[in-house]
Amino acid sequence: MVGQRQWNRRIAAFVFLLPALLGLLAFQLLPMMSSVVISFTDWDLLTNWTKMHFVGWSNYAEVFREEKSYTAIKNVFVFLIGYMPSLAVLGVFLAVLLNRSLPGIKAYRAAVFVPVITSWVAVSIVWRWILNGQSGLLNYLLSRIGIQGPIWLQDDTWAMVAIIAVTVWKDLGFVALILLAGLQDISEDYYEAAELDGASAWRKLWSVTLPMLSPTLYFVVTISLINSFQLFDQVLIMTNGGPAGATSTIVEQVYKNAFQFNKMGFAAAQSWVLFAIILAVTMLLQRLQRRWVIYER
Amino acid sequence: MFRKCGAILLVIGMFALGACGSGKGNDASGSASDTASASPSAASSASPSASSEAPKESVTIKLLMYTPSGGQEETVKAMVEAFEAANADVKVDYEVVPYADYGTKLNTLLSSGSAPDLFEVGYENFRTYAAKDLLLDLTPTIAADTSFKPDVYKKLAYDAFNYNGKQMGVTESFSDVVLFYNKDLFDAKGVKYPDASWTWKEELDAAQKLTDAKNGIWGTYAPIQFYEFYKTIAQNGGGVWDAGGKPTIGSKANVDALQWMIDKASKYKVSPALNDDTFNQPDADLNAFAAGKLAMARFGIWNFGKFATEAKFNWEIALEPGNTQKAHHFFADGLVASRDTKHAEAAWRFMKFFTSDPAAVGKRIEAGWSVPAVADDAVMDAYYKQTPPASKKIVTEALDSLVLPPVGPKPEKWGEFTAAVGEELDKAKLGRSTAQEALDAAQKKVKELLSK
Repeated sequence: MVGQRQWNRRIAAFVFLLPALLGLLAFQLLPMMSSVVISFTDWDLLTNWTKMHFVGWSNYAEVFREEKSYTAIKNVFVFLIGYMPSLAVLGVFLAVLLNRSLPGIKAYRAAVFVPVITSWVAVSIVWRWILNGQSGLLNYLLSRIGIQGPIWLQDDTWAMVAIIAVTVWKDLGFVALILLAGLQDISEDYYEAAELDGASAWRKLWSVTLPMLSPTLYFVVTISLINSFQLFDQVLIMTNGGPAGATSTIVEQVYKNAFQFNKMGFAAAQSWVLFAIILAVTMLLQRLQRRWVIYER
Repeated sequence: MFRKCGAILLVIGMFALGACGSGKGNDASGSASDTASASPSAASSASPSASSEAPKESVTIKLLMYTPSGGQEETVKAMVEAFEAANADVKVDYEVVPYADYGTKLNTLLSSGSAPDLFEVGYENFRTYAAKDLLLDLTPTIAADTSFKPDVYKKLAYDAFNYNGKQMGVTESFSDVVLFYNKDLFDAKGVKYPDASWTWKEELDAAQKLTDAKNGIWGTYAPIQFYEFYKTIAQNGGGVWDAGGKPTIGSKANVDALQWMIDKASKYKVSPALNDDTFNQPDADLNAFAAGKLAMARFGIWNFGKFATEAKFNWEIALEPGNTQKAHHFFADGLVASRDTKHAEAAWRFMKFFTSDPAAVGKRIEAGWSVPAVADDAVMDAYYKQTPPASKKIVTEALDSLVLPPVGPKPEKWGEFTAAVGEELDKAKLGRSTAQEALDAAQKKVKELLSK
């Protein structure tokens, strides 16, 4: 039984939440629900939505029939294979470094975070210039040490490598900061105990730090997985999916189908397939979690 | 689990509350939607209140444009003011959007039911919008307007906006692409200037003499992309569609033409390397010509103004060399009216004025904006007299061998179609497939697109 006073409190809380909830409703839930409806129609964005036709599952069938869908999924997995391990390994490495108490360490921590808060558009444009095959900074530096760099963004092998490297560079600060928080959460007691047992620095990293960090690492893995599937901004600006579709991704295709080819229904179906893939992979990860993630409590 | 249930309950609660809200006060929600629909215009136009305060007989027509973006905004303003001075009962609320954002903006306005009364479209997009039944058929209006004669326009440009026998727009200006050449580089090497008799062979001979790789000077340049492709194949007697609207992309004439486009860079080395990053940036080719690094290049005539101010050397234009025949790009921009416009008569008056009235057309030429598509020779004389280039008549001569964008049997697939062919051209350009393989693949993709 809930008293009158308690009810009043609940209503008050609801009223205060209302502005935020309305925003959520208008800009997240309604578009999501309408995209479910649109995915079963032939809406082309141009004709009035009252004139769209229901076409059943044919948009979904088309998604699985189209060759480009598989190219995009393949590209995303190539990205994932390069991106996730680099991010996790470099992130742990950087976090361990930033965990030292050195003079000015706070300034370093801030500096590492700068790429994270910079907009993807600005970052992509600067990197496009750095990676320019003929007049770019990177190939100039490489040429100074006798290496002839590739035409990064015009080469169907190197373009994806470049995208992975730039994305790791940008997301590293965020991941390192999360891992740093995880590191600082590990009680000193474990290290003391390990030292008493005569453990080497390597042994301490392997048997104390990594297991204790595993919940944080799990978070990092999940985040980087979702980032991979949503790969878009940097691709659109740095390569526009090219050269010859070598960096085409799922979201990039959703965007092009929706706003350049006017196939709104098909694009909506594509994004729900993407949602299903992300859901499946995340659930798989959740299952696997039990095997390697150790919770202290 | 319980938390999730709570969230769902909350959402349901929100819906219920929303329903109550609208049930209580229909008036309130009505006025709210009014403000919502008015706000985009308030953000975009200079005089949002004009429509509500003006006298009853006065109407305001909305106009969305892209061609003035980047330098001709003042010209449009003067042209609109001239129209308003002559038509006191019509106000024109115009907005200029850069080309890169124009399509998205226009599509959003059209799909949300708040289309502008008048908007600009290029020929190939015109076919798409016309096919989707979004444009007003002007044929009855034109028939009723006794003061109007279609022959004030160049016939070809006027007919470009005819869709299945219905006149659905009027051409505003046209442009084409011609061969630009750097006279000083030709003089330095003692090479004869290009003329109408040139074919690809003469172009290659000259380019080989003019190329000076050590100093970064290239003999000739044309990009490898869809637009350049459809014109180049026409210069070799090829084409994208046959007379019956079936794709013929993999034909021998087309393969040879693509091979020629590639060979200029990879075999004869008279063009920058195909993977040259700098040349793949937007406008890099224009800047290279302006800097005296290109002896010959195929550019649009809308670049006259840029080179007149930036190029510190003598330059001229000529007809493009072809192989078996001549072919030149032709682009037409026009004004169309939205099918749902409530001011068709006023919109028509503006279209007529903006595209053919000497008061408007004169301003366009004076500002060096683009070529109006009017038939009157006196008007065109004023255009020819603006130099450089001295041989400006080439602009009109090129029209004798024009190729229209190959829109094909399904205009609404234009975007997908160009992207599909473009991707295969990219593969050939990268050397990942031969010209034959690339065009066979493109042919297959286009067939699939048409069958959907």
